[in-house]
Amino acid sequence: MSKLATGTVWLSRHAYQLGLTLAGLLVLVVLWQLGIWQLQQKLPLARLLAPVPALETLIELVTSGEILGDVAASLRRVLVSLSLALLAGIPVGLAVGFWRRFDSATSGAFQFLRMISPLSWMPIAIMIFGIGDQPVYFLLCMGAVWPIILNTAAGVRNLDPGWLMLAQSMSASRLEMLLRVVLPGILGSILTGTRLAIGMIWVLLVPCEMLGVTSGLGYFILDTRDRLAYSELMAVIVLIGILGYLLDSLARSLQRRWA
Amino acid sequence: MSIKTSTSESLVLQADNILLDYLQNDGSRKQILTDFSMQVRAGEILAVLGPSGVGKSSLLRVLAGLKQPSCGQIRVHNKLVTSPHPRLAFMFQDPCLLPWLNLEANVAFGLDFRSQPKLDRSERRQRVQDAIAEVRLSEAHRAFPRELSGGMAQRVALARSLARRPEILLLDEPFSALDEVIRSEMQQLLLEVCHRHHTAVVMITHDIDEALLLADRVLLLGGTPGKLLREWQPQQPRPRNPASEAMALMRLEILQTLQGALAPEPDMQSWMPTI
Repeated sequence: MSKLATGTVWLSRHAYQLGLTLAGLLVLVVLWQLGIWQLQQKLPLARLLAPVPALETLIELVTSGEILGDVAASLRRVLVSLSLALLAGIPVGLAVGFWRRFDSATSGAFQFLRMISPLSWMPIAIMIFGIGDQPVYFLLCMGAVWPIILNTAAGVRNLDPGWLMLAQSMSASRLEMLLRVVLPGILGSILTGTRLAIGMIWVLLVPCEMLGVTSGLGYFILDTRDRLAYSELMAVIVLIGILGYLLDSLARSLQRRWA
Repeated sequence: MSIKTSTSESLVLQADNILLDYLQNDGSRKQILTDFSMQVRAGEILAVLGPSGVGKSSLLRVLAGLKQPSCGQIRVHNKLVTSPHPRLAFMFQDPCLLPWLNLEANVAFGLDFRSQPKLDRSERRQRVQDAIAEVRLSEAHRAFPRELSGGMAQRVALARSLARRPEILLLDEPFSALDEVIRSEMQQLLLEVCHRHHTAVVMITHDIDEALLLADRVLLLGGTPGKLLREWQPQQPRPRNPASEAMALMRLEILQTLQGALAPEPDMQSWMPTI
């Protein structure tokens, strides 16, 4: 009886939450439509940017499989650059966290670099890496590495000193200390950094794919402009939002599972 | 106060002329413990008693090989110790369980470290299971630390030490965070397992009753800088009654000895009103 009652309370609370979320999205769609009507006064072509044609086109793009290659290309870039950022960021974060002198020496430089939009490096990246995927990976990494470094270092500083002493009292080697105590102990912080990094990468991905690559969602947006395929343009923008939301949900659930 | 004569073979742990000090802000060194020597025989339970600030915890870290003394040396089986010895286990005031490992994995932690004696997998599992059974937690062997009460967590920490089959167990106020009932349960459990395995124990405590209940010998540290003031050997058979006349007498002696050496340190005065 009481279990049923709690179940009902749970359901109704979640239904209420869901209702609010849907209402918010509905308001967004209405504003979108209102904006298009306004724009149509001056620009008749704008009707193609409206919600209904955009959603119709989105379904078409997905069901025909036309967009899937670009989605795959974009997700591959996310994965590669996230892996590179983790590979670079975790060791640096460990050094910053453990080694006070290294922290003092680098904190100014890191804050300085962190505040430069990674997109500013674009011309230099192309000079160094040429045209193709490599400069995209580089630029995405430049955005993603900072949250990973900072969160890894914060994780190290918050490690329970008792855990380290315990391992020390059992004569743990440096490697055993790292693999058996430090890394599992800071995994939660690393996941927090990873989630922030994914958000950063996803935001940077679209502009980065507008330079010199011939696939991906950013490329698709430029392509729709050239083809005057405006309903596809809006469809891809919606898709970018949906995919970003899903990626973040994935990162969040990973983080929650650990915590 | 007489020290039993013993052959050097049964000596497991020796500390000779230990000096502990630290560097002060003005560059001078402040001594916290001077000229401390002791000998621990196999299976003997030793309590080190003293007010806070006298260097008890630092002393235990030195005995564990976690820290080098400024002067003096530590020997296990007459061999000089410069790093943690595999036959020594250390138990802290905080159980220090790793939250990402379940009870079993916490007890097994460290057994497979390179510096530890080699054990094959089945041997290791057996030791872990035995240790968990000894602290009576077999039913909870898959539980995670967040699911354990304070007393249970401390039992897991004890099992983790036991799984290493130590000859010497070093305890740094291991039960002071537990409530009265659980504490006395843990004290009994400790006595049981140490007698069964003939494990020597060096236990730091600031609780006179705990020392008198458990120890074969009680060493009292005090004064500034700290030094070994005196030693007692409670002879009563266990379980001991803290309210017995002999115990009360010994407690009084301990307090008087401390008072005699009392320096006007605020730290110590806050400790004294337990009279």
